[in-house]
Amino acid sequence: MKPSTVISLGLICLGAVIVMLPFVWMISVSLKTHSEIFTPDVTLLPRHPTLQNYWTTLTQTDIPVYLMNGVIVTIGILVLQLLVSVPCAYALAHRRFPGRALLFGAVVAALLVPFHVTAIPIFLGFSRMGLLNTYTGLVLPFIATAFGLFLLRQAFAQIPAELIDAARVDGMSEMGIAWRVAFPLGLPTVIAFAIFSVTAHWNDLFWPLIATTDPGLATPPRGILYFRDQESGDDIGPLMAGATLVTAPLVIAFLLAQRRFTEGLAGAGLKK
Amino acid sequence: MNGASVLSLRNVTKQFGDAVAVDDVSLDLHAGEFVALLGASGCGKSTTLRLLAGLEQVGSGQVFLRGADVTGDTASARNVALMFQSYALYPHVTVYQNIAMPLRLRRLSVVNRLPGIRLLRAPVRNTIADIDVKVRRVADMLRIGPLLARKPGQLSGGQQQRVALARALVRDPSAFLLDEPLSNLDTQLRADTRDEIRALHKRTGCPFLLVTHDQSDALSMADRIAVMIAGRIVQVGSPETIFNRPRLRAVAEFIGHNRMNILPRGMAAALHPAGAMHDLGVRPEDLSIDRSGPLEVQVESFAYHGEETILRLRAADATPLRAVLRGDAAVPPQGGTVRLSAPLSALHAFDTAGLRVTL
Amino acid sequence: MIGLRRLVTDLALAGPAALAMMLFIFLPVVVVVVLSFTDYQFGARSFDWVALDNYADLLGSRHGRNALINTLIYAAIVIPASVGLGLLVALGLHAIARTMPRVSAVLRAVYFLPVAATLVAMAVAWQMLLHPSLGLINQWLSALGLPGRQWLSDRGIVLYTLAAIGVWQSVGYNMVLFLAGLAAIPRSLYDAAAVDGAETGWDRFWIVTWPMLGPTTLFVMIVTCANAFRVFETVATMTGGGPAFASDTIVYALYREGFVYFKAGYASAITVVFFGALVILTAIQIVVVERRVHYR
Repeated sequence: MKPSTVISLGLICLGAVIVMLPFVWMISVSLKTHSEIFTPDVTLLPRHPTLQNYWTTLTQTDIPVYLMNGVIVTIGILVLQLLVSVPCAYALAHRRFPGRALLFGAVVAALLVPFHVTAIPIFLGFSRMGLLNTYTGLVLPFIATAFGLFLLRQAFAQIPAELIDAARVDGMSEMGIAWRVAFPLGLPTVIAFAIFSVTAHWNDLFWPLIATTDPGLATPPRGILYFRDQESGDDIGPLMAGATLVTAPLVIAFLLAQRRFTEGLAGAGLKK
Repeated sequence: MNGASVLSLRNVTKQFGDAVAVDDVSLDLHAGEFVALLGASGCGKSTTLRLLAGLEQVGSGQVFLRGADVTGDTASARNVALMFQSYALYPHVTVYQNIAMPLRLRRLSVVNRLPGIRLLRAPVRNTIADIDVKVRRVADMLRIGPLLARKPGQLSGGQQQRVALARALVRDPSAFLLDEPLSNLDTQLRADTRDEIRALHKRTGCPFLLVTHDQSDALSMADRIAVMIAGRIVQVGSPETIFNRPRLRAVAEFIGHNRMNILPRGMAAALHPAGAMHDLGVRPEDLSIDRSGPLEVQVESFAYHGEETILRLRAADATPLRAVLRGDAAVPPQGGTVRLSAPLSALHAFDTAGLRVTL
Repeated sequence: MIGLRRLVTDLALAGPAALAMMLFIFLPVVVVVVLSFTDYQFGARSFDWVALDNYADLLGSRHGRNALINTLIYAAIVIPASVGLGLLVALGLHAIARTMPRVSAVLRAVYFLPVAATLVAMAVAWQMLLHPSLGLINQWLSALGLPGRQWLSDRGIVLYTLAAIGVWQSVGYNMVLFLAGLAAIPRSLYDAAAVDGAETGWDRFWIVTWPMLGPTTLFVMIVTCANAFRVFETVATMTGGGPAFASDTIVYALYREGFVYFKAGYASAITVVFFGALVILTAIQIVVVERRVHYR
């Protein structure tokens, strides 16, 4: 190997160590006993690893509730997003109707609007309608996804028009075509978008922080904050175990399906 | 034309994993020569080109440039120019900068190439002025002077090709390698470009090596042709030699506007006694309809091509044959039989190993 | 009537999404702009029009501008650092991808982890690591003979600490984008440069790699800029905007003013300024760079 390759590889590995540091620390503390955590002689790795913290977290804290909420909310959001976006993306790609250009233009314009900009009015509206502190309130605002519409429209546009016409001739309804022809054919993009949506909303703090005050509704990030602010400084082990449990699902999914993940989070964005 | 060898490969072999792309190949490019390296896709000719240019390193064997052993040298160290099939023009800079690039890279050090250095150092200014002269000269020679300020994306295919030619020629290379320069062009442009490349060769006097899969390119442009099959060079000779005396059956089938007919031995005896032991080849253009001819065949169909009509025939042992008639000749009825003959000089005999046998 | 049926079908297909966009994107934008001209407080019975008072407070007073300035400083650090480091790592991994594919794949996965991870959870871990006395970072620094710092409670450093974590979180994402861009560069361009005389990696980078990465670089910059401006989780988890507003950023200020102090009008003004800044920055990047970057 050339010396320059060795140097650059070495630097990259050094960077990788820094990148891994908080992960290693988080897992390490979650496996440490109480006395090991609170010793002045701090080490990176546990000397006597134990699963006690995980047990405590799973049985004596609300972490399982937070995880469950995460699942409910992310799946709810994704399902709603797809229900609404798939037919619309299909229509944008394969049907001509008045205002189609306008609608697509609106989608592109909406891409520029980050969620934070709409938070205050949505909060206002939900508060009036009593949707705060409900699952609906956590899920509903995200039903409109310009990103999803854009991605799916591009994917559906790749489907040859003849295929669609063949389905029409066969007697399929338009809604049927959207779900039984376009959706399966566009599945790679759907998956990429799904990964993007689930990741974004599992990890979102902003809206759950605002829209709920009931700890029973907390999503994983919100729950971690509750946990940390409640604990008297003693429960660091379980806190880190909770943090690990909260982070684990997406990280494990990523490690198992790396290509899908990077396509979903990065590749999908490239097509913008 | 048998001047000193400018660029040569000596017993060069190159493997990629288990596949042998270039198998013990030796090739010489002499001063002022125009050589065509001819072969089907995948025969190893592009790899050979890359080995000559220094883009790949040989597995075994040697590469000589002007007598010096350059086997270990990279492309940038050899003064060999290469015109890529896709032209590989830098899309982000102008035509002028594309052409100037090889001169800038070789004559200005990294520091001297930084923007603004020109203002500080006189020698750099002189070099840049010199480069400017050379660039404009070669641009005029290739008639792309008016295009110098444009970017490649704004040019037509033919114009891009001339820019690629200019970039290759601007630094007076020892040898000029061309990788399938005509395959991207439509028929009319091909003929014009062939002439242009030949004219360019005469004007610069630089030895050219052209890699192509099109036998008519090779026949019409080259002083010598090297035929390559499966990584080996199987015959080297002038176009006439290659055309009239192909050494291998595989070469014979490859050369010629219409594919040569091969009558298997036994059946071939109808045409010539040697045909009892050897396969006989005869070009479709050399077969004529002759009522007293020795070979009886059945007419299957015909295809009218304007200047000529191609007959599809079948011999008694079901071997398919083709014959070419001039456009205004009468076409025999489909399904009927005709008799064919061919002059002795038009027959090529090949033994069981595919080697040429003199009749 | 086929025409009517078609229209009804179109409505069924596109209607819900269009309605959703209307209700949850466009209408709120209008409302936020309107609210920014009022002194509305959440839960209040009525409100008054105050025209540009909110903006005057926000942009006219040092306290009001604080969040904006902090965010700009944060972005000014995070954008070049994470784009630059992302490019460097991508170049390094791309170079060894053929000779050491597994090493390259492992390193890619490692760098991408922070992108998939829950930032709040990682911020909690970082907070522990950065603890002045019990944290590993200061312990290691003192073992090296360097002074430990109050990473999160020193007003002069806290913003930079958060910026470093912001870089940590986004390098992997940019790396993946750059890797895709690098893979798309046709090899024949590198061959042409080699034949032309480009020997060193430096030459190859400036003659082929960097120009051909133009569109990718633009996209990476825009995305990194947008994400940097939206920094929230780390602020909310680790510093709460403090100490003394030293790490207050736009979105956190929005959150605090709007949802802790319930000053909806003022927070709306913050929102509008935030949105405007984002749009302007994106437009500038596109207009300035786009022309020079798409020459295909």
